[in-house]
Amino acid sequence: MNETLLISILAASITAGTPILFAALGELISERAGVTNLGVDGMMLVGACAGFIAAQQTGSLLSGVGMALLAGSLMALIHAFLTVTLRANQVVSGLALTLFGTGLSGYLGLDYVGQQATVVFSKLAVPGLSEIPVLGPVLFRQDLLVYCSYILVAAVAFYLYRTRAGLFMRALGENPAAVDAVGVNVFGLRYLYVIMGGALAGLGGAYLSLAYAPCWLENMTAGRGWIAVALVIFALWDPWRALLGSYLFGGIDALGFHLQVIGLPVSVFILNMLPYIFTIVVLILVLARKGGRLAAPQALGQPYDREER
Amino acid sequence: MKLVMEKRLAPSPLMRSLVPVVAAFAALVFCGIFFAVTGRDPFEVYYAMFSGALGSEYGISETIVKMIPLAMCGLGIAIAFRMQIWNIGAEGQFYMGACAASWLPLTYPDLPSMIMLPGMLLLGAAAGGMWGLLAGWFKTKWLVSELITTLMMNYIAILWVNYLVYGAWRDPKGLNFPLTAAFSESALLPSFGDLRVHAGIIIVFVLAAVLAVVFRDSRWGYETLVIGSNPTAARYAGINIPRNVLLVMLLSGAVCGMGGMIEVSGIVGKLQPGISPGYGYTAIIVAWLARLHPAAIIVVAFLFAIIHVGGFMVQTLGIPSAVATMLQGAILFFVVGADIFTNYQLRLIKNEGGEESE
Amino acid sequence: MTLPLISMRQITKRFPGVIANNKINLELYPGEIHALLGENGSGKSTLMSILTGLYKPTEGCIMVGGEEVKFASPADAIASGIGMVHQHFKLIESFTVAENIVLSQSKGGFLLKPEQIIADIESLGEKYGLQVDPRAYVWQLGVGEKQRVEILRMLYHRSRVLILDEPTAVLTPQETRELFVNLRKMADDGCAVVFISHKLNEVEELADRVTVLRGGCVTGSAAKEDMRRDKLVQMMIGREVLNTYEKNCEHCGEVVLQLEQVSALNDMNTVGLNNVRLAVRAGEIYGIAGVSGNGQRELAEVLAGLRPAMGGKIFFYGQDLTNKKPKEMIEAGISYVPEDRLGMGLVPNLDSVNNVILKEYDGKFSKGWRIRREAAIAATKRIVEDFDVKLGSIFQPVKMMSGGNLQKLLLGREIAAKPKLMIVLYPVRGLDIGAIEAVHKLLLQLKEEQTAIILVSEELEEIAKLADRVGVMFAGQILGEFPVSEMDTEKIGALMAGITEAGGAGV
Repeated sequence: MNETLLISILAASITAGTPILFAALGELISERAGVTNLGVDGMMLVGACAGFIAAQQTGSLLSGVGMALLAGSLMALIHAFLTVTLRANQVVSGLALTLFGTGLSGYLGLDYVGQQATVVFSKLAVPGLSEIPVLGPVLFRQDLLVYCSYILVAAVAFYLYRTRAGLFMRALGENPAAVDAVGVNVFGLRYLYVIMGGALAGLGGAYLSLAYAPCWLENMTAGRGWIAVALVIFALWDPWRALLGSYLFGGIDALGFHLQVIGLPVSVFILNMLPYIFTIVVLILVLARKGGRLAAPQALGQPYDREER
Repeated sequence: MKLVMEKRLAPSPLMRSLVPVVAAFAALVFCGIFFAVTGRDPFEVYYAMFSGALGSEYGISETIVKMIPLAMCGLGIAIAFRMQIWNIGAEGQFYMGACAASWLPLTYPDLPSMIMLPGMLLLGAAAGGMWGLLAGWFKTKWLVSELITTLMMNYIAILWVNYLVYGAWRDPKGLNFPLTAAFSESALLPSFGDLRVHAGIIIVFVLAAVLAVVFRDSRWGYETLVIGSNPTAARYAGINIPRNVLLVMLLSGAVCGMGGMIEVSGIVGKLQPGISPGYGYTAIIVAWLARLHPAAIIVVAFLFAIIHVGGFMVQTLGIPSAVATMLQGAILFFVVGADIFTNYQLRLIKNEGGEESE
Repeated sequence: MTLPLISMRQITKRFPGVIANNKINLELYPGEIHALLGENGSGKSTLMSILTGLYKPTEGCIMVGGEEVKFASPADAIASGIGMVHQHFKLIESFTVAENIVLSQSKGGFLLKPEQIIADIESLGEKYGLQVDPRAYVWQLGVGEKQRVEILRMLYHRSRVLILDEPTAVLTPQETRELFVNLRKMADDGCAVVFISHKLNEVEELADRVTVLRGGCVTGSAAKEDMRRDKLVQMMIGREVLNTYEKNCEHCGEVVLQLEQVSALNDMNTVGLNNVRLAVRAGEIYGIAGVSGNGQRELAEVLAGLRPAMGGKIFFYGQDLTNKKPKEMIEAGISYVPEDRLGMGLVPNLDSVNNVILKEYDGKFSKGWRIRREAAIAATKRIVEDFDVKLGSIFQPVKMMSGGNLQKLLLGREIAAKPKLMIVLYPVRGLDIGAIEAVHKLLLQLKEEQTAIILVSEELEEIAKLADRVGVMFAGQILGEFPVSEMDTEKIGALMAGITEAGGAGV
C-alpha cells in the first residue's frame, strides 16, 4: 500500500467518523448523566433534515447548523420529559424516539429528497499544521465541523474530568441521591444533559447532510445513530476513546471502499462486525478484571425518584 | 400551593384499559394537527391510510403479512420482558433464525415439505435461541447487561447474513445480486389462495395461545413472574434465577428466530439483506403497549401493521410513507405520557406541609 | 465549659401516628465526644436526621453557635458545619477517594485542582491518623478505609460537628481502637463528636458525656465521671417489671433443630454468626433477644438456605441439612418469616393468591406443569378467613394492604404449610396493638401444634410472654441462655450490651 492511499484512507476515516463522533459524544453526555437514549438515530435524522432544509432556505450554513442543534434538542426534550419527569422506561421511550424521528424527517424532507446542498462545509486546510507530513493531510485538511469536533472532544473530556460541574454530572449517572443530598437539582441537570445530547446528535446529522453527503435522503443515517450508541459502550463512557472508536468505525467504512484496491482478502462485512464483537469482549474483560463491577454508570437507565431514596 | 404527583398504590384498573385507547386517539389527533399545519388534509391522510390497509382484500392481506413478524417478535420479547430481562435483540435473533432456516432448503432443496418446513422451523428456533442464550450466558457468567449485548449482537447477525448472501450463499445465477437461490417449492409456507397471507398466521395464533396459557397457568410462568417482580422473594422461595435467565433468553430468542424463519419461508422465498425493516425494534414497542399480554400483542401488532401498510398506501397521494413510523412513535409517546394518569394521582398541596417521610 | 456548638431545644417530631422525638434537648460542646445511646426505634436516627437537615422538626429549634437556624435541606446542614457518617456509606464506588470528598459540596470554583485537593486530603489524613490513598478508587477499599473516607469528607468540608452512626459495627477490634484514637484527636481539635451506639463498653471507653434515649424521650444523661453501666442499661431498656406468664414445656417433644458451631459471614463479608450452638424442641418457643444487627438475620438466612454456613453443622430431626438449597429447607419443613415482609416474604405487585402459593407453587398447588388455580384460590380464601386478614379482594396487589394484614397473610401462608420449624423475625414490628395480639395468638397456636419456633425479637415483653427459653445474641454469638422464668431486665440488658457474667465485655 503506498503512502498517498494510506493518507487518503485515514483522512476519509476521520470524515466518515465525524458524524458518529458528534452523536456518540451526545449520547455519552446523556448516559453519563444517567439517561440512556436509544433515539440517537431518530435525532440525527431530524437534525440532518432540519439542518439541510434551513441551509437550503437561507443559504446560510450557520442557520443550518443552528436548526440542526435546535431540532435535536427538541427531540431530546420529549425523551427527557418522558423519562425524567414521567419516569418512563428509557429503552422503550428511546426506541419510540427513533421511530418518530425517522418518520418525521421523512415527512418533512419529502420535497428535498435527492437535492444537492447549495451550501456545504468544504475542506479547509489549516495553514501550517496541514504541512506536517502524514498527520497534516490526515488531520488538518478537513472541514470546519471536523475541527469543531476536535475541540468538542477536548472540551467534553475537560469538563468531565477537570471541572466541578463535570464531577457532579458523572455523579448524576452513578448516584443521583448523593447529588440531591448536597442540594443540586437532579431533574434540571438531567434535562440539560439529555438535551445537550440531542443537540449533538442533531449536529451529527447535519454533518451528514451538509458536509459528508452533502444532500438529503430519507433514512440517510443508515444506522449510524445505533453505531453511536454502541460506540459509547465501546469507549467505556470516555470521550477520547469515543474519538478513537469513531475513527475506527469510520476507518472500517472508508476501508470498505478501498478493500479491493488494497487487495485484502477479508469480507467487508466481517470487518464491520469487529467493532461490535470488540465491544462485547471489552465489556466482558472489564467486568472480569474488576470482579463484576460494572463499567457503566451505576444509575444508568433508572429514573430518579426522590421518594424511593 | 404546588402540584405534586402521588404514586397510586395500584394502577387504577379502569385507567389501565382506558388510557391506551384514549392516548392512541390523542396521538392520531396530534399528528393530524401536524399534517394540517404542514398543509395536508389530515382526514384525507387517515382515510387513505385506513382504507388502504383495510378497504380491500389485498390491503387486509398485506396488513396481516406485516402483522406476523411483528407479533412473533413481540411474543418473543414478552417472554423476556416479563422477567425484566431486557432482550432488545429480537432483530438479531430474527435474522439468525432466518439464516439458519435458509440453510436447509439451500443445502437439501429436494426434501419433501413434511420434513423441510418443520426442519426449517426447528433450525430457526434453535439459531435464534442460541443467539439469545449467548447474551443470557454473558449475563449470568459476567453480569454483562443483556441490554448492551443483545443490541451489539443485532448488528453482528445482520452483517453475518449480509456476509453470506454477498458471499458464499449468493446465487451464482442471480446476476450478481445479493440474493440466495430461490427456495424450492417445498420450503415455502402454504399461502391462502392468491393472497400473500401464509400459514405463519396459524403459528402466531397457536403460539400466542400457548404463551397466554403458559404465562397464566404454568409453574414456569409463575416463576418468571415472581423473578420479574421481586427477585429477593424468588430466591426466598427457592426459585433458581440464573437457570431461568438462560431459559428465558433461549425461549425468547427461539420465538424471534421462528419469526425469521416464517418470514423467509412465507414471504421472501430466499435469504437476502434487509428481510426485516426493524421489526425487532418496533416489536418492543408493540409488546410494551400490549403490556406483554399475548392476545394484546396480536391486536397491537395488527394496529401497527395497519399503520405500516397504510403508510405504504398513502404514497399514491404524494404523502411520504414516513407518516407511518411517525405515527407509531407518537402513539407510544402518548401512551407512556398518559401512564401518568394510571400510576399517579395529581394533587394540589399547600407548600408548607412538605414533610418527607422515610 | 464554653458555649455549646449546637443546641437542640425541645425538639419534637411527629410522624403520622407516632411521636418519634418528644421534647428532646441536646447540647454539643466543642472538644467533647457525646454518645447517643438507645435501642433501635428509640429515636436516635430521627434526631440526627433533624440535625442533618433531612427532616424538619415539628416543634423546637436548633441553634448553631448560639443562633437559630432552619435547615431546608441536608445541604444547609453541611454548610453549617454539620457532617454525618451513615451506617451505609454514601460513597460512589467508581470514583476516587478525592472525587468523593469533593462531591459532597456543591459550591466552589469551576475548575478542580486535583493536586491541591489530594495534598489537602493527605495532610488532613496525616493530622488525624486517617490513612487512605486519595487517588484510590473507592471500590478498591476495605470497609474500614471507606469509613475513613467518610470521616475525611466531613473534615475536608470543615465540619465542626461530626456525627457517626454506629461506626464500629463494621470494624474489626483493631480498626475500632484506631478509630477511637482518631476521634479523640478531632475532639481535641475543637470538634464536637456525636457517637451513636448501643454498645456500653465502647460508650464508657470513649464518651465524655452520654445521652440515653428511649421511646423518643431522653431518659437520662451523664458525664463521664457519673457513668455507671447498670444505670445506663436501666435508662436504655426501661424499668418496667416483666410480667411472668405460666409456661409449661412438659408437652415439648423431641429436638427438632440442633445447631453446632455454626458460623457465617454477613453482607459486609465479616463474621456475622460466630460458632452458634442452639437446640430447639418441638412445641417450644425459643426467644432470641438482642439488639438487631447482631446476627439474627444471618442466623435465619442460614436456616432458610439463603446464606452459606462457613462452618458448623445444622441438624434437623437428626438429619444433616447444612448448606442445603432454599427449596430443600422449605421441603424439610423449615419456615422463615422475614422481617422485610414486602421486600422478601411477599411479592408486592402480585395478588394474594399468587403470594399464597409462593413457596408451594410447585408442590401442593401444582399438578404437572400447571398451577392449580382453584386450589390456590380456595387456600387463599381459607387463610383470609382463618387468620382474619382484611383486604379488598384477594385479586388485588398485596402492596395495598396494611402492615398488620400483610403480616397475617404472610404468617397465614407459612402456618398453612404446616412447618415443623418456624423462625420468625420481629413479627410485630410496625403493627398496632390489635394486630400484635393476633400475631401472638397465632404463634401460640402454632406451638400447640408442636411446631418448634425461634422467635427473634427486640421486645423483652414479647419474649417474656411467648417464649419458653431465651438466648441473647450479641456480635453473632449467643451469650446467655436460660428459661424465660429466670429472665430479668438487668441480666438481659447486660448481655444485650455484650457484658458477660465474667464481668468483662464480650468479644
